[in-house]
Amino acid sequence: MAIDTIAAATAQTSPSPGPVMQSAAYAKYLRGLRHRTRIVQTWQIGLVALLLGVWEIAPRAGWINPMLTSYPSAVAKTLLVMLQDGSLVLHTWTTLIEIMIGFCGGMALGLVGAVALWSSPFLYRVLDPFIVVLNGIPKIALVPIFYIWLGDTASIYAMAIAVSVFVTIIMLHTGFDAVDADKIKLVRLFGASHRQVLWKIVLPASVPTMVSTLKVNVGLALVGVIVGEFQAAKAGLGYLITYGSQIFKMNLVMAAIVILAVISSVLFIAIQALETIVLRRSGSLRSSD
Amino acid sequence: MTGITGPEASAQPAIVIRDVTQNYFSPERETLALSNVSLEIAQGEFVAIVGSSGCGKSTLLSLISGLIRPSRGSIQIAGKDVNGPSPRAGYMFQKDTLLEWRTVLDNVLLGPELLGLERKAAQRRAEDLLHRYGLGEFLRSLPGELSGGMRQRAALARTLCPDPDLLLLDEPFSALDYQTRLALSDEIAAILTGERKTVVLVTHDIGEAISMADRVVVMSRRPGRIKSMHSIAYPSFGPQRPTPFQARKCPEFSAYFQLIWDELDIHQVQ
Repeated sequence: MAIDTIAAATAQTSPSPGPVMQSAAYAKYLRGLRHRTRIVQTWQIGLVALLLGVWEIAPRAGWINPMLTSYPSAVAKTLLVMLQDGSLVLHTWTTLIEIMIGFCGGMALGLVGAVALWSSPFLYRVLDPFIVVLNGIPKIALVPIFYIWLGDTASIYAMAIAVSVFVTIIMLHTGFDAVDADKIKLVRLFGASHRQVLWKIVLPASVPTMVSTLKVNVGLALVGVIVGEFQAAKAGLGYLITYGSQIFKMNLVMAAIVILAVISSVLFIAIQALETIVLRRSGSLRSSD
Repeated sequence: MTGITGPEASAQPAIVIRDVTQNYFSPERETLALSNVSLEIAQGEFVAIVGSSGCGKSTLLSLISGLIRPSRGSIQIAGKDVNGPSPRAGYMFQKDTLLEWRTVLDNVLLGPELLGLERKAAQRRAEDLLHRYGLGEFLRSLPGELSGGMRQRAALARTLCPDPDLLLLDEPFSALDYQTRLALSDEIAAILTGERKTVVLVTHDIGEAISMADRVVVMSRRPGRIKSMHSIAYPSFGPQRPTPFQARKCPEFSAYFQLIWDELDIHQVQ
């Protein structure tokens, strides 16, 4: 009897969408929302068009030296030529693979490191200052060393990993530490081992932290790969940028930067989609918009 | 479990706490949380421990659960020394501590899963419990879709799923709004009387304690000591036990309330 009263009371507050009557005011509100979104998008497209327009016109009109900036139509032509001779695919693919290896490597090593530090508070106390210092060192300073030690290909991976691994360890470990102590107490009361606490509570509870670490790492992996390529590569977008600037072909440099912008947008959208899926499944994101 | 009704079995107390003292150390200070606490709780008894915050009542519950060991003294459950968490004791927290990434059903199955119980039987029991607590439609929902009262009932199902003989309730209603709290304590009292479990409820809410428990233990401020004990009975209601909600309307309720209120010295703190 008491159960029924509660069930009835909670049914009112439970979020069951059901068939909702749409009032005129609500329809107007929704129209207003869509309208504002369209205005924002129009402005965004307009800004890109304006930028491209100025970039095209300014060198042609002689306001700036085209040697320094190139212009969009020339960059487009370069991209087309590169697409035909296959170099576009070659360089993009090279860089993309390096990004993926650096990104996954940094993430995996960071995860292992964070789990090790979480498992042993002693290890954490000993290593904490070193990790903070290593994270603070500008990784770019290590490029020549990596090149000497590891050669051209491996030094690029090492660079991409070095840029992201320490910040990954710090972010994940902070996330592990912030897991609700009562949830750990809960499974320990059911007799859970250290390993079970990790697998049943700490890792799944840290999924949102992992996703935000992924977001940070995508950007860092790009930085690491391009910087690594500046020094070492015989192919890739970073190589194109250094090569293009050495022979003063701005078309090439700008084309490489355009491709980099496309890559980072695609990766960003992919991570965003992953975030929505993962967070919804892990229960951290309600099914509301 | 319910077969233990013989005179020998019922003569043995469910919990024996003998001269328990508990210290906490931190770099700044040493805290004496409990000092020489002794308490016996009978099989099937519902005992409430009340005291102001920091009196060590939650520490006492952690000690009974086996999560921490006493600095001195001993604790026995059903005649055996407590050496660590036991599946015979179920624990309920102030927060529901449901895992957001698991469905309601999988949350309830957490205990059996970690205790290595047989999955099929556990799942039948979990589904049965959830149906009985009005959560039958929400087996596959994530906790985020449930209201506060529903979440706490799911947590109760999780606690009861491994079928513990002993229930340790650590202020399980204090995070809920007042109406839900009254309704839920009625429900839980009904469930627990039906299942004939031994219950230890820790609370700072005097009304909750005297409306639900057979016996109320009052604890003094730090270091926690047992100050007094009161057997609770409602003769004006008749031979049967009133539900917590009915108990609140009995004349004995306000008498007990006044008595315990005075003992807690709450006005001294403010």
